[in-house]
Amino acid sequence: MNQHDLVRYKVFTRRSLLFGGLQLAMLSALGGRLYYLQVVQGDRYKMLAEENRINLRLLPPPRGRILDRNGVPVALNRQNYRVVLVSEQTPDVEHTLDALAQIVPIDADERKRIQRDIGRKRSFVPVTVCEHLDWNQVATIAVNSPELAGVSIDVGELRHYPYGPMLAHVIGYVAMVSEDELTGDPLLELPGFRIGKNGIEKTHDLELRGRAGNSYVEVNAHGRVIRELEREDGQPGSDVTLSIDLGLQQFVSDRLGTESAAAVVMDVTNGEILAIASTPSYDPNAFNQGLSRTQWQELVGNPRHPLINKAISGQYPPGSTFKLVVALAALESGVVTESHRVWCPGHMTLGNRRFHCWKRGGHGHLTMVEAIAQSCDVYFYDLSLKVGIDRIAAMANRLGLGSTLALDLPGEHAGLIPNRDWKMATRGRAWHKGETLNAGIGQGYVLATPLQLVTMTAQMVNGGRRIHPHLTIGIGQTAEEGLDPGNGLGLSSASLAVIRRGMDEVVNGRHGTAGGAKIEEPGMEMGGKTGTSQVRRISKSERDSGVIKNEDKPWEERDHALFVGFAPVDAPRYAVAIVVEHGGGGSKAAAPIARDVLIETQRRDPSRRAAPLAEAPERDSRSEG
Amino acid sequence: MASLRGWGFEREEISLLDKVKQLNFTLILLIVAIAAIGFAMLYSAANGDIDPWARRQMIRFAVGVGVMICVALVDIRVWLRGAYVIYGAALILLIAVEIIGEIGMGAQRWIDLGFFQLQPSELMKLALVIALARYFHALTLEDVRRPTVLIVPTLMVLTPAAMVLRQPDLGTAVMLMAGSGAVFFLAGVRMWKFAVVIGAGLAMIPVAWHVLEDYQKSRILTFLHPEADPLGAGYHILQSKIALGSGGVLGKGFLAGTQSHLNFLPEKQTDFIFTMLAEEFGLVGGLGLIGLYGLVLAYGFAIAVRSRNQFGRLLALGVTTTLFLYVFINIAMVTGLIPVVGVPLPLLSYGGTAMMTMLAGMGLIMGVYVHRDVMIRRHGAADDF
Repeated sequence: MNQHDLVRYKVFTRRSLLFGGLQLAMLSALGGRLYYLQVVQGDRYKMLAEENRINLRLLPPPRGRILDRNGVPVALNRQNYRVVLVSEQTPDVEHTLDALAQIVPIDADERKRIQRDIGRKRSFVPVTVCEHLDWNQVATIAVNSPELAGVSIDVGELRHYPYGPMLAHVIGYVAMVSEDELTGDPLLELPGFRIGKNGIEKTHDLELRGRAGNSYVEVNAHGRVIRELEREDGQPGSDVTLSIDLGLQQFVSDRLGTESAAAVVMDVTNGEILAIASTPSYDPNAFNQGLSRTQWQELVGNPRHPLINKAISGQYPPGSTFKLVVALAALESGVVTESHRVWCPGHMTLGNRRFHCWKRGGHGHLTMVEAIAQSCDVYFYDLSLKVGIDRIAAMANRLGLGSTLALDLPGEHAGLIPNRDWKMATRGRAWHKGETLNAGIGQGYVLATPLQLVTMTAQMVNGGRRIHPHLTIGIGQTAEEGLDPGNGLGLSSASLAVIRRGMDEVVNGRHGTAGGAKIEEPGMEMGGKTGTSQVRRISKSERDSGVIKNEDKPWEERDHALFVGFAPVDAPRYAVAIVVEHGGGGSKAAAPIARDVLIETQRRDPSRRAAPLAEAPERDSRSEG
Repeated sequence: MASLRGWGFEREEISLLDKVKQLNFTLILLIVAIAAIGFAMLYSAANGDIDPWARRQMIRFAVGVGVMICVALVDIRVWLRGAYVIYGAALILLIAVEIIGEIGMGAQRWIDLGFFQLQPSELMKLALVIALARYFHALTLEDVRRPTVLIVPTLMVLTPAAMVLRQPDLGTAVMLMAGSGAVFFLAGVRMWKFAVVIGAGLAMIPVAWHVLEDYQKSRILTFLHPEADPLGAGYHILQSKIALGSGGVLGKGFLAGTQSHLNFLPEKQTDFIFTMLAEEFGLVGGLGLIGLYGLVLAYGFAIAVRSRNQFGRLLALGVTTTLFLYVFINIAMVTGLIPVVGVPLPLLSYGGTAMMTMLAGMGLIMGVYVHRDVMIRRHGAADDF
């Protein structure tokens, strides 16, 4: 090796050592990097790898059915074919939607909704594009699936209400989850998942909904399921059994017909509601499938308010039905006895105002039972002055008026029972005696719902036991107990007997206001109380020129017709409340409905006629009135 | 030392048998071991099937080993003599495919040789090392220190580097320049000159940025912020890191890599095969493979240092550096240390090109070993030894 080469060799050797050291350092850096990723960060990446690999799929539980008291399904599930789109599986959402629009109708509004859903949901969550496909559409989409990336057909459940409008106000309906109803429960984010929006569907939504199952599946990078790793079965929704008797409900709702009316039939022994109808009604199935704008406008704009459940949300002046409360308050407070007599000349003067009786010629001398039977206004003017508004209000409250009754339906209204404090607090003025008179005949400020009226009546005839009105008698396998056992209202049976006798006379007495609605079938006789509540005040000039007959007034100015009743009269089992909006007089418009309903109620359940309440008081002879 | 043998000795030819005996069988064994790991991974990548990858890779490897041994047995002076011819041929091929590629809508950058596809840019990796080794072999240290003599070799590097950068193939361009840099360095070029070149290179970055294709820019941006776009450009590297990291110390087991087998890991049979290895065999497997490569590199160093001719030294270390660059760039890329530049892992990644380059390169290294005692004069490229 010559000198030059030796020099080069030395430089080469030195530099190659340096260079080798550099390479070793760089390879060590790779080793360090591996250590960092696999050991230091290993757990994090293990978790990420599992997240990649394992997808959680929700298995939506079938919604529980709703049954009537005899087990007839009144809400059930049907199959619903729908198109869903997984946004992360389609390269171009717009293009795919265009292609889909050739097969199924997607209007501009729908398209906006779909795009909003896609933006709102995680990209692997399927978004519903269109529902209720027919077989042709399903087949066309299946055939064209190669061109429709990310699109698939999904069989879902569709809630179906076989009896439509008849039970709409009770069952309510289900609809898509709105944004403010999202709770973070991923079940609610499933496409097409529906929750109860009204009625029993809403009250018992959680029980009906059940619990979602989970399926852990291994997926590949394209989202394709390789295998199921684990499955946790969910819990199907529980069936909910209602106290409603479907046949009776049908009868009641047919009987109300085209009137704007409400009716409630209750078992007085336990508060079970056998029928609760509000007419006109709507078809809850339409809500499921999505209402069009015009359909919605029609429902909202209808002057007879089909969407409102009048039986629990309608607040009416109870009219003469409230006289039962006044009478009970008078007896219970000891101000008078049932033998208290009043002379009715057809009117009563208080200060410089004259308060009229409905019977212009007057009733003459009346006892309490006679006054109830003939619904004498003057007698109850007198009584209410003697008892005073506060004691009347207290009795009303005791019987469940003036507050909601915790019925298992949403939308219950409280009505209104005025007293002195209430007036001062809300109007800032002192209570007038004249207002006591108006309240005494269930007019003025007093408001009550049909549900409150039937509960009031039931508690008056069941021996003064407090009952809790309810519709649900069973959820799944467990029975719901509605009765508060032994919780009395603290009313004396003597006072209650007077009230019952009065109600008996209303229907069965010679001069009773509801004599025309008498039940002739032996053992089925009903008692009750009519009520006619003015929608507007009768002016002096009208009274002077002769009161215009109801039938001659425009519909919305006519009186509301009310009737509360019970049967059988000697062993009360069922109570009923009827309100016919702008129906005219209670005796003509409401009492006959109550009669027919109570006959049907007892016919449908003859065994119950023989089940009287233990403490039912003796029935008086019919000599009075 | 070696000079005791005198000048006349090495003029004599070594017999073929002696050459075969001189082959470094331990090195061959290491190479076979690395390749065998590759076959196993390709078998796993195909979900436990020898097709479509493992079988073809084995056939290629068998051919490649033959080529390697042939190259090793060729007299080192043949390479010295033919260095510029080989370089020239590689450059012409590179220009040719560039022109063809331009005409053919940029689709093809290789020439089909049947059992594998010859990429001129791969050929250039070796040809450039051979040519530079010859160039510096002829220079004394004093010559090397003169800046003017560096003009020619610099052009020899930049011409093909510019060509592949235009393709665009950033990985190969980096490898050509870094590999040549190593030869420059080992030949004795002053350190400060590297500093100047690196400084100038850094200053050029803003200019270079405009030359880069969009996808290259996005790769670099993705490298800087991989989590910014986990489903887009950052997806590959993120999934690769997840696969690696989830392998842990001992790995998920052969054929049990979830990231690989469920296709979360892209390009698992080619550029990302190391990730798959590290997912299935963990840190132990990853370090083991790096260790094997390290041993091969160590052999390259040892062979280079033992060579008695400057051409052999530069050639051996130039090729060794090329192998190092392959390994380092690939693993650094899949572990997220550097941007994804599309450099395969030699002997493991499916594909004939890199394997052929590597095996031919290994043949050259072994040739240097076989001919380690051959003395070649500075100007002995011709018959005048």
